[in-house]
Amino acid sequence: MTGVSLLWLFVRLGLLHELAYRTNFVIQVISSGMNLVASLALLAAIFTHTEMVAGWRPPDLLALLGVFFLLSGLLGTVVQPSLERLMEDVRQGSLDFTLVKPVDSQLLVSIGQVHVWRLVDAALGVGLLGLALIQLGAQVGSIQAMAFVIALVAGCVIVYSACLLLATLAFWFVRVDNALLFFLTMWEAGRWPVAVYPPWLRATLTLLVPVTVATTVPAEALLGRLETQSLVLAVAFAGGLLLASRWLWLRGLRRYTGASA
Amino acid sequence: MFEWRETLSLYVGAFRAQLRITLAVQFQYRASLAIWVLFTVLQPLLLLSVWSAVAQSGDTGSHVRGYTPEDFAGYFLINMWVAHLTFNGVLAFFEGRVRRGEFSPRLLRPIHPISSDIADNVAFKLLTLPVLALATLVLIPTFRPRIDPPSWAVVAFVPALILAYVVQFIITWIVGLAAFWLARTQAVYVGFVLLLRFLAGQVAPLALLPGWVQTVAWLSPFRWMLAFPTELLLGRVSAEETLRGLGMQLVWSLASVVLLVLCWGVAVRRYTAVGG
Repeated sequence: MTGVSLLWLFVRLGLLHELAYRTNFVIQVISSGMNLVASLALLAAIFTHTEMVAGWRPPDLLALLGVFFLLSGLLGTVVQPSLERLMEDVRQGSLDFTLVKPVDSQLLVSIGQVHVWRLVDAALGVGLLGLALIQLGAQVGSIQAMAFVIALVAGCVIVYSACLLLATLAFWFVRVDNALLFFLTMWEAGRWPVAVYPPWLRATLTLLVPVTVATTVPAEALLGRLETQSLVLAVAFAGGLLLASRWLWLRGLRRYTGASA
Repeated sequence: MFEWRETLSLYVGAFRAQLRITLAVQFQYRASLAIWVLFTVLQPLLLLSVWSAVAQSGDTGSHVRGYTPEDFAGYFLINMWVAHLTFNGVLAFFEGRVRRGEFSPRLLRPIHPISSDIADNVAFKLLTLPVLALATLVLIPTFRPRIDPPSWAVVAFVPALILAYVVQFIITWIVGLAAFWLARTQAVYVGFVLLLRFLAGQVAPLALLPGWVQTVAWLSPFRWMLAFPTELLLGRVSAEETLRGLGMQLVWSLASVVLLVLCWGVAVRRYTAVGG
């Protein structure tokens, strides 16, 4: 419960901070809009040559793109800015200020910075999902909707844990901003169904950098193609990754030396 | 005559000094450089996978407008190399320089600020080249690219690549100048990068895009920044079209230099900084 109210507090703080710079909102809308148009243009170009890509029809890929935009938005709103702040704090020693606060430090560093305008991407993602649903018609039942929500939450957990694992490396290697940037680059692979990639890349993108699990699995759940087994696996994977990131975080904290020590 | 030589040796000396410094600076961040190479490899790799899937599930057998999966592999591999060799990091730091007043020391030096950017860029490429070569060797057995240019095309590729670098570098600098007018240039940069990706053939060979896009790309500088050298080395450009392409590259090089000189003159007068 503390987590939710703290997150809400940081969202409000982020909003108050950003309201002073309203042009940023316009800039974000323009950038996200251009990104959306470019993504749709590429899909349009692809579907002038074929009716299906690796078994995915146009509305299917639209749904996948929706999940991708939604998760990108959440990633850019909370996870990325907070963890970038964390890496900088570790480097400069100002993590001291977080550690003395009477709340779990992992929670604080994970939600401490909120870039509200990036929610524009999340909103566009929801819009895309809506559009895909209209095109898919009544094919989506309540079981599929439920599986979708579960898979989406698992996707969020996977992305968050993977990013935290990378950011925590800052306790060992001083400059790791690029590690997080690397993940955010790999994240682009989530735009496409995992089936289009060659086997070794598919394995990498599933296990090593679990990018596509986070987007392909929820989209498949929505389309009713996901087997229960895969959903259970995705949830178990998310849980395992969350535990692993917690473990590394605690190990990393023990290495932290602070600014004044 | 004497003065001209002195200026030249000043520039060469300054450039060599800058290159030495920047090599040492960048070598400290080897891990960052390696990750950057992965960044360069991933994007073409994804699109290559997608277009190969399209070719395999297409209506016309196993190719799209004459591109088989092996042709796509060749196209995107060359495109990756061309993109890397012509890449410049100008947009990444231009806005910060202007906004935080970091241009001041650069403007005081008796040498144009663009020269240190070029030194940075050359050092970056020298250091990342081996890693990119390694990545290419890993990719070749998976995708079996087919690259089959006539020998004259390989020769013509060299000036095409150099001109592509020149056009891209100068146009990027001009786009960067937007920072002198706008406090936040992100939207301008995103727009530029997206145009580059579409019109320069980074998301797909231009031949697969609608006809009007191809026409716009041909007239714009974008086609000449990446797509032209790529298609040339792939062996898909006729001799006549190559000459016309090199001509367009020359035209855009000269036009962009003129544009840069004009814009730089106006832009730098808008620059103000406190202290420093």
